[in-house]
Amino acid sequence: MLLRMELQSDPEMLCAVRGALAHLAERLGFPDEDCRAIVLAVDEALTNIIRHTYRGHTESPIQAEVRRITLDEDGLRGDALEIVLQDEGPAVDPEKLCGRALEDVRPGGLGLHFIRQSMDRVEFRRRNDRNQLRLVKLLRKKEPPKGS
Amino acid sequence: MQIVARHLDKITIFDISGDIDLATSPQLRKAVLREFKELRTPRVVLNLKTVRYIDSSGVASLVEALKASRDVGSRFVLFGLNTTVREVLQLSKLVKIFEIYENEDQAVAV
Repeated sequence: MLLRMELQSDPEMLCAVRGALAHLAERLGFPDEDCRAIVLAVDEALTNIIRHTYRGHTESPIQAEVRRITLDEDGLRGDALEIVLQDEGPAVDPEKLCGRALEDVRPGGLGLHFIRQSMDRVEFRRRNDRNQLRLVKLLRKKEPPKGS
Repeated sequence: MQIVARHLDKITIFDISGDIDLATSPQLRKAVLREFKELRTPRVVLNLKTVRYIDSSGVASLVEALKASRDVGSRFVLFGLNTTVREVLQLSKLVKIFEIYENEDQAVAV
């Protein structure tokens, strides 16, 4: 376990979580682009929990656990960062986790698209009366500077 | 996030700094929509040079502002997108719907 955070569903905490994750991903050697992708995906996932699961209530619990793992699933192999978010809200309807067509230009509904585009694995399940979202990003090391 | 408004002829320029996320995007949305819906400002320009981060709620606010500008026949212009902001807009596939310039001179020019 690299990091465990007990959070409240308050949008004001998002900035602190982004900072912690960006620092951690950078220290683990993720390229800058992947650091930004990880931060965006987790921020969007937390935003969805706050807005949709807890409907804007700011004092409900969210748990975040971050681990370094060795992934070997469905053809994806290698060192990876695993982030598991859990909330105690009502069960989420998996049908509503599909996102929307981007051709439809309107505000809202982009978060799930961002999460799926940013991570290598995105899995949702209901366990022990909790919603659990697992996000995994394979560690692709930074390219060494040219000429070195 | 901080928003500072400047006025240049009939153009309002918002200098935005910091993070645009679920906590702060309502403030941005309110400021920009007021320009179009209440003040009927012909052109509103967002300076995003010092925006460190934007998420889907921020992008949604920009889309809403763009729609409001079209409703009243005004222009909604962005400039100074850094890598982070540009990546998120590209990910949303919405980058083409916005009027985007490199710098302020271009954004306020005819």
